[in-house]
Amino acid sequence: MTQEPIGSPEIYRLQVNGESHDVQDAWLGESLLYVLRERLGLPGSKGACEQGECGSCTVLLDGAAVCACLVMAASATDADIVTVEGLAPDAALTDVQAAFLDEGAVQCGFCTPGLIVAVHHLLEHNPEPSTLETREALSGNICRCTGYGRIFAAVDAVVASRADQAAR
Amino acid sequence: MTEASAPPAATATATETVTALRPGVLGTNAARPDGVPKVQGRFAFANDLWAENMLWGATLRSPHPYARIRSVDVTGAWKIAGVEAIVTAEDVPGQPTYGLIRQDQHVFASGYVRFRGEPVAAVAADHPETCRRALEAIVVDYEVLTPLTDPEEAIAGTREPIHPDGNLIRHQRILCGDPEATGPIVVEGTYEMGMQDQAFLGPEAALAVPDDDGAGLELYIATQWLHEDRKQVAACLGLPEERVRLVLGGVGGAFGAREDISLQVHCSLLALRTGRPIKMQYGREESFYGHVHRHPAKIWMRHSASAAGEIIKIEARMVFDGGAYASTSPAVLINGVTHAQGPYRCANAIVDGYATRTNNPPCGAMRGFGVVQACFAHEGQMDKLAAAAGLTPVEVRLRNAMRTGDPLITGQPVDSVAPVERCIRETDALPMPPDLASDADVLSLPGGTGRTADRGHVVRGVGYGVAIKNLMYSEAFDDYSTARCQLNDGVVTLKFATAEVGQGFLMLAQQIARTILGVDDVMLDTIDTQIGSSGSTSASRQTWMSGGAVDAACRKVRELLFEAVADRYGLPALQLAIEGTDVVDTIGTLRVPVGEASMGLRLDETVEYRHRPTEDLDENGQGNCHVAFAFVAHRAVVDVDPELGLVKVVQIATAQDVGRALNPLSVAGQIEGGIAQGLGLAVMEEIVVTDGMVRNASFTDYLLPTTLDAPTVVFSLIEEPDPQAPLGAKGVGEPPCISVTPAIAAAIRDATGRDIRRVPVRPQDICLA
Ligand code: FES
Ligand code: FES
Repeated sequence: MTQEPIGSPEIYRLQVNGESHDVQDAWLGESLLYVLRERLGLPGSKGACEQGECGSCTVLLDGAAVCACLVMAASATDADIVTVEGLAPDAALTDVQAAFLDEGAVQCGFCTPGLIVAVHHLLEHNPEPSTLETREALSGNICRCTGYGRIFAAVDAVVASRADQAAR
Repeated sequence: MTEASAPPAATATATETVTALRPGVLGTNAARPDGVPKVQGRFAFANDLWAENMLWGATLRSPHPYARIRSVDVTGAWKIAGVEAIVTAEDVPGQPTYGLIRQDQHVFASGYVRFRGEPVAAVAADHPETCRRALEAIVVDYEVLTPLTDPEEAIAGTREPIHPDGNLIRHQRILCGDPEATGPIVVEGTYEMGMQDQAFLGPEAALAVPDDDGAGLELYIATQWLHEDRKQVAACLGLPEERVRLVLGGVGGAFGAREDISLQVHCSLLALRTGRPIKMQYGREESFYGHVHRHPAKIWMRHSASAAGEIIKIEARMVFDGGAYASTSPAVLINGVTHAQGPYRCANAIVDGYATRTNNPPCGAMRGFGVVQACFAHEGQMDKLAAAAGLTPVEVRLRNAMRTGDPLITGQPVDSVAPVERCIRETDALPMPPDLASDADVLSLPGGTGRTADRGHVVRGVGYGVAIKNLMYSEAFDDYSTARCQLNDGVVTLKFATAEVGQGFLMLAQQIARTILGVDDVMLDTIDTQIGSSGSTSASRQTWMSGGAVDAACRKVRELLFEAVADRYGLPALQLAIEGTDVVDTIGTLRVPVGEASMGLRLDETVEYRHRPTEDLDENGQGNCHVAFAFVAHRAVVDVDPELGLVKVVQIATAQDVGRALNPLSVAGQIEGGIAQGLGLAVMEEIVVTDGMVRNASFTDYLLPTTLDAPTVVFSLIEEPDPQAPLGAKGVGEPPCISVTPAIAAAIRDATGRDIRRVPVRPQDICLA
């Protein structure tokens, strides 16, 4: 049991949404989720389980969708991190965000940021997923409010409109 | 009919009405005002809040389900750098106990701990990790006692009381008609339901900010009912209510689990102690310990019926385990016993219900509130009755379906619109899913990517469930909701204390104001205790109650507006109406935009909306105890591998009595979300408790439906506006999760021939039955 303050004198640097942030006086046991939320003023990523089961903390780490609750912040210093706040410039909405609103995929919204990141990631790698591919890709993102029906509708709407745009 | 993949506003009936309406008014899929910040990650949930100089709070909880506390030694925790406050039972300045109906739970355990997870102490420190270390350093000396975990022992009275109030929280009997009545068909069964968790996604969280003088505070809290929280928090802190101001922090779902106090008092107390803002948030494990759950229940039922399958009498014995503290158990029990007959006519009944106190986790409100348990039992009985009478499940339900005006076994006439027959017929008419393809992807088979069914073994089954659900609070509770409407220079501002927990009340309030006042922009004031109570966001009541209050406040303001316009133009106010965004003279030619008509005016009305009064039940369970009712039917199609006991719910069809769909897209969301929770209860979700210990307090071990478990949902909305309801609309939140569970259980019985008596249905209940 320590009687010393838990902050570490070491400073480390994170690249988040294209900006570089110094983290200092932090306890080195902090998760990336904690540091984003509590130290960098980026509370968009949510924590509903802190053990990789719910996906509400989903962020992109060098393009891969990961659970920020399972990543030690101090080990992510070399990575390019994108959170929900970094998907679109201030006040703008991505097509996925707009579709979530249009299709009624948002209720309490606690799952929403993680799902939005996960859907962006899915469609980046698989622009026209089958129903089952969508379900499998999003199966790590729990939503307790919607029963997922409107979320599937939002994904379908984005797929259709992107295909439409590509055809033009 | 609406496929889950098609937006509901595009249905045949909805299109005609929707396209004719001005965007954003009642009946349209108006946008949520909290939608944009929610998709951007900028919406502030309670645990996103932060204050200068803030400390973290954390709670020490009992590791035992039942123990006497010999001593609590906090000296070790004080030695840890960064610890700023430690509080225990001795430090509670006001009333030591709290509770929604009975104040029987200590803020911090005093003398005894009565469930695993009961709060014993709390600390405030500079970092969550410091808090964790401080909690570890607190030494509690427990004399471990043998827990009372069997509700039957609590009823029998064979054990010493585990609480001064005794081991029985409530018993209620219903006696109706002729107790000797009988018939040629008698069917009986015993039905069991496990303990379900609300599992809202945003764990409990609050930020308490003390006033400079240390004699009051502001509490930002994710809750369902600000004013009830304030009442309990102020009492425990020994402060006048006006010194405790509550502000709604963003709420990440609720489903009943935020109706009781969790961290409110602890967080406030630490703030007053330290004079600094305190942030508290539970992790998922603590959330399982920190809120009440759905009551596990055991229900025996016997139905006597005519040879034609008409119900003559029901007998039931219903046991709801309330766990260590009362919470809302007395009210949950009453919902259970008064809904024992289901949505069916029944003239004779003997029902006994018990809510017990044990050392199991406390149980209280969860979506469906006592009716979920009753429905699982009465629907199991209806299928037995169908079989005995040689009827199909649909026929037996149609034959007994309640109609408007029929009496309940409490003697109360069901004077809400009761389209039970339509619910059943329309559900049955919805299309069936395609057969399971012979080359079906493994992901669509029972078991999915885990233990996967053998395609050749999979059998399909179909089952039905129908439900009645009371709306609003019952038993003479004087329920009301307050709303304020201001119209200043063409700008409408609404204020209320209604907790937006995700259901979409903010959007509905704007829709009402746009409709009544003919404005497009509606501002929403902060949701806090600086106005009268709006009651709880529960019991499917806010559309009716707070919707009713907003509607009434807007109508009053509209009257004032008409008077002003009438004055100005020398017209009788009675001749004026709102058409689109204009005030118009219905007889003459005057047409003024509302914005212009209200220039220079400051109109301001506050209204308290009340529903009609209800009564207590007498000792025979007779009385008009409920306000109103809604109805729903579900049909489930399942694929089962009987060898492995795996189930895949393929499709749910449902027709729901909604009165009027004020926002069809939101209704769809409630229906699909409720179905997912009912599916969870049917085949996945259970808090496993052995000897009073929770065995699966995590999302790894408590299984929630994922995208791969979600069935296809097809539904039909039954819109017969209820004349009692201020907007014609019935609450739509609870019905979707009620009869879907028994429908799935029935479908599993149909597929396998197994006698399924318990939910959640576990693999062993199928393959070892
Ligand atoms: S909080 Fe990271 S997966 Fe749940
Ligand atoms: S909207 Fe509430 S958890 Fe998904």
